[in-house]
Parts: sequence; structure tokens; C-alpha cells
Amino acid sequence: MGKFTTTAVAAVGLMLSVGLAACGSDKESGSADASGFNAVEKGVVNPSDKKGGTIRYASSDDWDSPDMGDTYYAFSQNFGRLYGRALTTFKVGPGKESLEIVPDLAETLGTPSDEGKTWTYKIRKGVKFDDGTEVTSKDVKYAVERSNFSSELQLGPKYFKQYLLDNDPPYKGPYEDKSEEGLKSIETPDDHTIVFHLNQPFSEFDYLVQMQTQPVPRAKDKGLEYQKSIVSSGPYKIDSYERGKHMKLSRNQHWDKATDPLRTALPDTIEVALKQNADDLDQKLMSGALEMDIAGTGVQGAAQPKVLGDAKHKANADNVTAGYLRYVAVNQHVKPLDNVHCRRAVAYATDKVAAQTAFGGPVAGGEIATTVVPPSVTGYAKADRYPVGADQHGDLEKAKAELAECGQPNGFSTKISARSDRPKEVAAAQGIQQGLAKVGIKTEIVQVPAGDYFNKYAGTPKWVHDNGVGLMMMAWAADWPSGFGFLQQIVDGRAIKPSGGTNLQETDLPEVNQLFDEAIKDTNAEARNARYTKVDQLVMEDAGIVPLIYARLLLYRPANVTNVTLTHGYGGMYDYLNLGVE
Amino acid sequence: MFSFLIRRAISAVAMLLIVSMVTFGIFFLLPRLAGQTTDQLAAAYAGKAPTQAAIADIKERLGLDDPIAVQYGRFVKGVVAGQDFSNGPSVMHCGAPCLGYSFRTSEPVLPTLLDRAPVTVSLALGAAVFWLIAGIGVGVLSALRRGSAFDRAAMMTALAGVSLPVYFTGLVSLAVFAYGLKLWPEGVAYRSFTEDPVDWAYNLILPWATLAFLHAALYARLTRAGMLETLNEDYIRTARAKGLPERTVITKHALRASLTPILTIFGLDLGLLLGGAVLTEKTFGFPGLGALSIDSIRSGDLPMVMGVVLLATIFIVVASFVVDVLYAVIDPRVRLE
Repeated sequence: MGKFTTTAVAAVGLMLSVGLAACGSDKESGSADASGFNAVEKGVVNPSDKKGGTIRYASSDDWDSPDMGDTYYAFSQNFGRLYGRALTTFKVGPGKESLEIVPDLAETLGTPSDEGKTWTYKIRKGVKFDDGTEVTSKDVKYAVERSNFSSELQLGPKYFKQYLLDNDPPYKGPYEDKSEEGLKSIETPDDHTIVFHLNQPFSEFDYLVQMQTQPVPRAKDKGLEYQKSIVSSGPYKIDSYERGKHMKLSRNQHWDKATDPLRTALPDTIEVALKQNADDLDQKLMSGALEMDIAGTGVQGAAQPKVLGDAKHKANADNVTAGYLRYVAVNQHVKPLDNVHCRRAVAYATDKVAAQTAFGGPVAGGEIATTVVPPSVTGYAKADRYPVGADQHGDLEKAKAELAECGQPNGFSTKISARSDRPKEVAAAQGIQQGLAKVGIKTEIVQVPAGDYFNKYAGTPKWVHDNGVGLMMMAWAADWPSGFGFLQQIVDGRAIKPSGGTNLQETDLPEVNQLFDEAIKDTNAEARNARYTKVDQLVMEDAGIVPLIYARLLLYRPANVTNVTLTHGYGGMYDYLNLGVE
Repeated sequence: MFSFLIRRAISAVAMLLIVSMVTFGIFFLLPRLAGQTTDQLAAAYAGKAPTQAAIADIKERLGLDDPIAVQYGRFVKGVVAGQDFSNGPSVMHCGAPCLGYSFRTSEPVLPTLLDRAPVTVSLALGAAVFWLIAGIGVGVLSALRRGSAFDRAAMMTALAGVSLPVYFTGLVSLAVFAYGLKLWPEGVAYRSFTEDPVDWAYNLILPWATLAFLHAALYARLTRAGMLETLNEDYIRTARAKGLPERTVITKHALRASLTPILTIFGLDLGLLLGGAVLTEKTFGFPGLGALSIDSIRSGDLPMVMGVVLLATIFIVVASFVVDVLYAVIDPRVRLE
């Protein structure tokens, strides 16, 4: 027994000493200064013009496709600007500057005519693909045709198909329709002019053309397999992309800084390791073995205490507002929620702190929300129509008063839907359930698979009505960060669909619909934003949406990364356009 | 021997057919029985909020509305005669044996499997060597020193090895040895053996050790139990009474007999791991068959899942076959008939 004890103690001692040695290096830095925390909110972090080196990115996942004509991911759009130049893009700059849309491949922003139904862009001269040929307007037109009209490329948005005038008979895309003319509503009168003819006025068209207008030479297009042989028009070309493994980029020797006022192209090479273990990825970031998590969704829960608890790491972190809102959609047709006072009772009784805690607390989860439009989207104006008490756990007295006005003084019963494979969402629904119970609103949580949430359940009004699901958990981010981009799909009455819809609460207010129609015709940005603020107020007044939290992320930027800024244009991640390494 | 081989080959083909049918059924039939429509299947291949027209396009292109028997027939035909797939501007021919084309990754299945297999083979074979040496060695020593401090410490460690999941020991080993002690300051990543064998081995040491720790623990306990039972057999006593050296008694008589059940388990373990060491690959970010299979399942990539499952089945069938043959080598009483 004595020998055993000695051996066991020695073994445990060895394990502990190894473990402590491993942790020691971090503890030593505990006294460092954490003043760099949230530095990215104030300006450019580590400004530098030093060229050279390799910047290493990693992801716990992979692209949907790195082909800019077949991708929807925000990080993909952000990173893709290194090898593809769209007509416009988001400005690189601190704070709200990153919401500003600026010309990129185009010389200037678009020139509207015909009351906003025609948009003309002049393409910069001298921009070259990585094979040395010059980019022309035909390459831009082809990029839009293949991304929006072919049946093969289905992963990206289809806004051009929605807003461009179609051929008669309908255009089938360049893989089926081999004619030279292609889509008639995009004209290319010369090699450096492109004209888009829309089916309705659309004042935010400059936002649309920051997606999917990266030029593609027809002769080099390989359809679905183009993602492995992308022709670059940016400062870097893709040397290799192996799905599930890595992407490697090096300089595009034909890129000319004189044609590109936005990019600095500092590193010589860029590497992206794919399908990495998410927890290991965080460790690599903190140990200096990696420069950037390309997904831009923040460190994992396991790493958060280490980042926030160690001054050295905290100085390299930013707790930023992401561009999405978590909310409860309150359906207008499920009784008794068809009565606005019952909806308002829900708004007052909702325990937002419980929801916030379920999603990870104020740092990793988000800030308590009081508007539909998040602060990082244009059109936001601070407001709080339904204050839920100083402790944010719900104003039960006002909720009871609204219930009385609704004719349900003792409360009522309904159901809350949540995505079963999103445990935080289910936990938030449980928190809300307990809060509502305090005023007699009894709820049953209905869990359904995330993959079918919109197509079969919450996004299908018939299912919602038949099953009496009055409340639905929801999260929403904009495809572009304007009030229209954020709001239209979730509160415009015309966005209600038989299935697959995202206006879950079925808001259909004539005044709101009218405001969207007016805004999208108005070329004055300030006047547009005022309308979006008004839409937000009307929807809140109608109590169709109970905002829960403006999502926040805990991002990490190792100290050797230079020129770090945040881009709200892509939902609140680091801007990858001009990063460098020391 | 010849008839044995023929019988095993026929049963292997039958097994592959059954497995492919079951996998196909799990992916296509069960969701339909549960109420999923082909629209929902198609929506999984599109971006956010696809239009009905987009869904119709996808259904037509992938043949999702065809009867399941027709879709399965198309798969089998591809295996036997090859298949053509449109990638947009051109048609790509996938030659026999064509296991399909992943519309999720825009890659044919078989080349992807062949690309990923070396990672898993490197991981599984290396770890197997580690765990066999460590597991059997510790098991034998524990049996010979039954009740000693070594025996107890070894069995306690074995218990920990069996109990601790790979994703825990893997991440702890990375935190301690890679980033703490800076033995792998850049972390680990799979490197090709053909490009740099030293770097290949250097990057595999931690994954090998992690995987081997789990299996060695089990093998140590099994070996110990088998040895203790065998050492009490009459023929061991007879061997000692004949005056044979103790080393001969242990290695030639006791260990050889104890190895038979271990060999059975080893065959299955290795076959399973060759089909994909899922947790180890995901923990260390290695792009092997296990990581591919779990990613494909998560993204509903049926052709890729079918490919991995069939390859894993082949590995298990082959491993079982090799074990049967090795039985005859280890135990003279066994004949292959």
C-alpha cells in the first residue's frame, strides 16, 4: 500500500506540475495592461504600412463556396474582396464609417435615372485579372447572369433576379442561353460602362452591387467548379483551395495600386486553415500561432473566461455589437394575440434578462434590445416603447393592465416555438415562459428542427395558425446594413409567404408598406433613414415584435495583427481588407 | 482456403449492397416518412430563403422527385458504369466505380475519399502500434506483478484512459504540451508523409498518443485478465514442471493463448478507426474520413455519406478477414474451411 501511495502521489504530482507549467506562461501576463480592450471601437488598432509576411486565418468550418457568385456567408463576402472587386464595397474605417458604401471596381457610385429604375456605372480602366487581361463591363454582366439566373449556382442571394427586368421569355442563365446578348436588362455599351434596368425604382442599388458583381471572364467559368479556379481581380490570387483543408493566396502580379484606392495589400501571402477544432483555434489565437478566426463570430464559451480574465488577452479583445437582433415574433392571427393589448402584455411581461442570460450574458450574448433596428444598422434611433422595469425582468403591473384591456385579466394560454438544435434559443424560450407565467400567460414550448423552421414551421402561417403558436423565437441579420435591408423581409406585409417566410408575426400594416415603397424610391439617404426609423416605431407600437437582445461578439485579434478595424457592413466582424502582420 | 476466400468475397459484396440500401433509406426514406418534403430537401442546397423557382430548379437537377428506387438505381448504375454530371457550362464524366458527386462540395465522391484516406490511415495505424505495444506490455507486466503498486497504478491509469473522452484528453494534451510547454508551438496539423515524413510524424505524435491512450487502456485490462486466466491453466503448470524457462512459458504459451480474443477486438477496432477516427480527427482538425463523414452528415451530403459508409464497411470486412486468417496462424487448432 505504501509503495502504491508513493507512486500515485508521484504520478499526480507530475501531472499537476506539467499542467501548472503549461499555465504559467499565461499567468505571468496577468499583470499586463488591458486598456486595449474594445480598442477597435475607437479607431484603427496597430496602424502600420509594413509590407510582407504571411497572415494566417483559420475556420472551424468551410465556405459555402468561395465563388463570389455562389456564396451567402458574411465572412466570405468580407474576405472575398481580397481576390474579387465588386462595383462597390464598404468603406474601411472605424465605427459607423464602415457602413458607408463606396465605389470599388466602379469609378463612382451608380448614377440613377428613370426615377431610380436605371443605374449606370463606369468601370475603372486598367484593372486586370490575374492572367493579365483587362476587366471589362461584359465580365461584370456575365458575373450577374451566372450568379442569379443559372440553376446550378444556388447558394447566394438572388436580388438581381428579383429587381432586374427579365427577358421575354424568361432568361435561363448563360449555361442554357448561349446567346451573346444574354440578359437584355444589363447593357454594356462599351468596355467600361454597364447599365442596369430595374423593374422598379430601387434607391439602394449601390448596396446590391457590392455583391456578385466581381467580374468573371466567361471563357474561364467552370460553373460549380469555378470555386477551385477563381480568376482574381483583386490584389491576391488563389493558389490553392482544398475543401475542408485550406486556401492559400499570393499576390496577383497584375493588380495595380493606382486602380485601387481602397486596398493596401500588405502581407505577401495569406493562408486559411479550414475545419479546425473551434476550441483549439482559440488557443492558437491566444498563443500567437494564428492571426485571425475568419468566421468572425467570436471566441468559444470555453475561451471567454480566459480572454476576459487575463489582462494580456483582454487587451487584444473586442466586445462588439453584431448586426443581428434576437426577438420574439408575436403572431397577429393567433387568438388572443390578434388583440394588440394582449401583444403589448407580452411585450411588458417578457423577462429580457432571462433571455440575455440564456444567450450567454451581456458579453457573449448581447445587449438588451428595445428597437427592431439594431444600433449598427442605418435607421436606428434609440427608443424604448415598452420599458420592462429597471431590472429588465418585466413590468408586471403594466402587463396586467394591458391584459385587462385585452379582456384577458387572468392571462391566457399560447405556444412558443424554438429551434430544438439551438439549446440557447430553447433556454431563452424557457426564461420567457417563466416571465410570462407571472402575469398568467401560460405557454407551451414547441421545439422543431432548425433546418425546417421557416419552410415547414414558424415561416409557414398555416402551421402557426393551426397549432396556435402565438410566439416564435427568431434571430435576424440584414443582407446589407440599411433599414430596408434589415426590415423589409421581416415587417413588410408583402414578405408574408405561404412557406419559407421571415415575417413570422405577419405584420401587414398599410402605413409600413407605404413607407417602404416611398423609401426605396427616395435617393436622399437621410430621408430614407427617417422612414426606417418610423417603420421601427410603428412595428413596436403594434407589438408584433418583442426585441430581446442586440447580439454581441467577443472577438480576438493577436497583437501582431496590424490595421485592425471593425466592419459593420458585414455584421460586426474584423475588416479583412487591409490587415497586415508585424 | 480457396472456397473460404470465395465465400468471404460474396458475403462482402452482399454486405456492401445491404449497407448502401440501408444508408440510402436512412437519408431518403426516413425523412419522407417523418413528413419531410422534397422541397425541404432541396432548400438545404440553396442559400437563405430560396424562392420556389430556385427550389424547383434544384429538385429537377438532383432528381429529388424521382422514386427512391430510381434514385438508388442511378447510384448503383454509377458504381457499375459511371455517370455524367452537369457543373454548369460543361458536363463532367465520373468514371466507374463512380460513388456519386457531392453537390454540397462540388466534388466527385471517390477522389475525395481517396484524398482523405491517408490521413485516417496514418492516424489509425500509428496509434494502433502505440496502443498494442503499450496495452499488451502493461497488461502482461500487471498480470505478472498482480497486486503490486505497478499493477494498481497501471490499472488506475487504464481506467482513466477508458473513461476520458478523446475530445477531452486531446484538448488537454494540446493545451499542456503544444501551447503550454511549447513542444508544438504552432499547434498540430496534418502533413503528408510523402512530402516530409519527419514533419508527418512530429505532427502525429499527440493524436497518436491521445488515441492510443484510450485503446491501450482497454487492451491492458484485457491482456491482464487473459494472462491471469491462462497462467492458471494446467498446461502452463506442465510447461513449468517440464523445466521450460519462464520467458518461454510467458511468451510462447501464456501470451500466445491470451492474444486470441485481443486479436478479434483489434481487428474490429482498427477497421472502425480506418473508417474514420471521428473524435480524434475533429479534435486535432485533421481532414480525415471521420471528419469528412461527420461534416457530410451535418450538411446532409448524402453522396459523401454513402461513400464514407461504404469505405468504412470495406475496411471492417477486410479487417475481419485478416483476423480470421491470423487466427489460424496464432492458434494451430483453427483451420480455414
